[in-house]
Amino acid sequence: MTDFVLFAAFPYVAIVVCVVFSLHRYFTDRYSYSSLSSQFLENRQLFWGSVPWHYGIIIILAAHVLAGLFPGFWARLIADPIRLYFLEVTGFALGFITLFGLAALAWRRLTNKRVWAVTSGMDVVLMVLLLFQVVAGVYVALFYRWGAEWYLYTAVPWLASLFKLNPQVQYVTVLPLAAQLHFLNAFLLIAIFPFTRLVHLVSFPITYLWRPYQVVIWNRRAGVGTEKS
Amino acid sequence: MDVRAQISMMFHLDKCIGCHTCSISCKNIWSDRQGTEYMWWNNVETKPGTGYPTQWEDQDKYEGGWELDGDGEPRLRATDKRRGLTNIFHQPHLPTIDDYYEPWTYQFSDLFDAPAGDDQPTARPISLLTGEPMDIEAGPNWDDDLSGSTVYAANDPDFADLSEAEKQAFFEMERMVFFYLPRICNHCLNPGCVASCPSGALYKRGEDGIVLVNQNVCRGWRYCVSACPYKKVYYNWKSGKSEKCILCFPRLESGQAPACFHSCVGRIRYLGVVLYDADRIQATASAPDDELVDRQREMILDPSDPQVIAQAERDGVHASVIEAAQKSPVYRFVKEWELALPLHPEFRTLPMLFYIPPLLPVLGYVENGTYDVDAQDYFGSLDKARVPLRYMARLFTAGNEEHVRTTYEKLFAIRMYKRAQQVGDIDHATADAMLQAAGLTVEEGEEIFRLTSLSTFDERFVIPPMHREYAVELMDDPYTFKAETGVGFRDKPERGL
Repeated sequence: MTDFVLFAAFPYVAIVVCVVFSLHRYFTDRYSYSSLSSQFLENRQLFWGSVPWHYGIIIILAAHVLAGLFPGFWARLIADPIRLYFLEVTGFALGFITLFGLAALAWRRLTNKRVWAVTSGMDVVLMVLLLFQVVAGVYVALFYRWGAEWYLYTAVPWLASLFKLNPQVQYVTVLPLAAQLHFLNAFLLIAIFPFTRLVHLVSFPITYLWRPYQVVIWNRRAGVGTEKS
Repeated sequence: MDVRAQISMMFHLDKCIGCHTCSISCKNIWSDRQGTEYMWWNNVETKPGTGYPTQWEDQDKYEGGWELDGDGEPRLRATDKRRGLTNIFHQPHLPTIDDYYEPWTYQFSDLFDAPAGDDQPTARPISLLTGEPMDIEAGPNWDDDLSGSTVYAANDPDFADLSEAEKQAFFEMERMVFFYLPRICNHCLNPGCVASCPSGALYKRGEDGIVLVNQNVCRGWRYCVSACPYKKVYYNWKSGKSEKCILCFPRLESGQAPACFHSCVGRIRYLGVVLYDADRIQATASAPDDELVDRQREMILDPSDPQVIAQAERDGVHASVIEAAQKSPVYRFVKEWELALPLHPEFRTLPMLFYIPPLLPVLGYVENGTYDVDAQDYFGSLDKARVPLRYMARLFTAGNEEHVRTTYEKLFAIRMYKRAQQVGDIDHATADAMLQAAGLTVEEGEEIFRLTSLSTFDERFVIPPMHREYAVELMDDPYTFKAETGVGFRDKPERGL
């Protein structure tokens, strides 16, 4: 019963909370969407935290998603032991880079008084959860080797079953505690997404790539080129 | 031709007394909130000096503005579409608050709460960032009037072109000279801040050219702060959004001059519409350095030319705006009389705030206890001026000394002409010859004198009607949440979590 609540009910709750409250926040309080950067207050330490953290977590998350969405492709990819070794080692390296970056960011936030002055309660909660998530991930990677492979036969079918609205918790209930905590904390992060600064993820300004450099906005001028720039 | 209207500005530096009334009136209205304490949307700098933020003119340090690439096309120094995304996690060229100054207040309660003792209690400075006691190392206008030190002046980025002898001449006590440079956002035609914003939060208003940051679209990426070569976009460290001078658009829309213009004690500020050809923006921004001033003047169109008027109407410029452009004092100073010059045109943002350079020093000498002007040879003595023309050329014409010279010749000629009229120690023939040599008629000289010295409020500020019937965003009261996060909010703004 507990397993069902944790690995079947909770993920659904988390996703619903995430979607509903994100939309609500976006449409009622768009002002609150910001990167909330503190680089203006502290520049040097931020570089050693922010850059490894962001690039590390983006690549690692992308690998998680890729393997989850295309298990067949992933299975063929790691069928060759050389490629599996390579992926495993790369994964370790990225995991440590991510952990280093996040630890540097946490250290900066806790020790720099200027940065602390712009730190909210939710920032601290988020920092703790992210640290826990990355530590758990690196721990699983280190002590339960070849995650690139067993992920395909445990977490992926579990996630797929959730997606198909037919939750099969037995895929993950047999896993070690560290892996289970990693999964649960992931959904906890999804649940608190709309209530934290994580919302800056959805404001990644990709439209900059095709927008003209200069922006001119007219209040009127109907019929004479309303969006000229 | 694509005719657009721009509310443009002109500051007459000869009249600036450096009183900072403009800065104070601006600050009291717009940047008196937490997160904006360090911001001075309007500030007044002493030149020579390092300015605010420190050495903002040195683009090797700040990488602001545009430069020409190998193909002669302008490109941003600080960012572009690729770097805008790859540097998003840490921006290499962002200034930090220490380049401005750390804002502070004083622990005034100590004056009342201190236990009785032998010493007077003192109010320690307290950082407005952290609330901790701090040592003040810099503040607004720390180098005002050179502050009794030549350190600030000696580090002026505009000294780069001067020889060692010229630099030394600046600091000889008897020859010591400085002037004031009031600065607000230039509301550029080719703004670096707008081009650099990945979110597209910054925009230029089509009707009047005012450059604004949409606070609901801004995501705090801060490229605008880096890309503006004048450092006139500021990051609000509390709200996580960028803010800048809004040219007091709520005041303009109700027919009032912007606060800094309205409050100017020396009446140095002029504001009016100019019409310009938007099709020439790219070409002008790509011009060679010594042609930048000419090209920018060419972009500005004659609002009385029937062809321009016809095209302006086709492009949606309201007839009342065209009428305002015909009365614009800025048009006359910039285009008709070619007296006013843009600040650092080599940044290639096409700034629309123009300056009449100060007529310093007065070319004269003291003999037998009386002050005399070397009327015979004042064009020649321009080269012997205490502030070298080259310094002014670096400030206002991207190094083109010819433009500075012609401007000064006109200013001198008018001064001599009025002196001949009012003091009479110069004969009229000489004064008229000077005007002619400077390329001015007597009538023009009179007009320039009038608009410079005797102009009324309505002549200095020609504000076009804003046509509220077309403007949706004007229907809301922009002052509703002014005290919390400034003008224009319809919801109570709160920092995101």
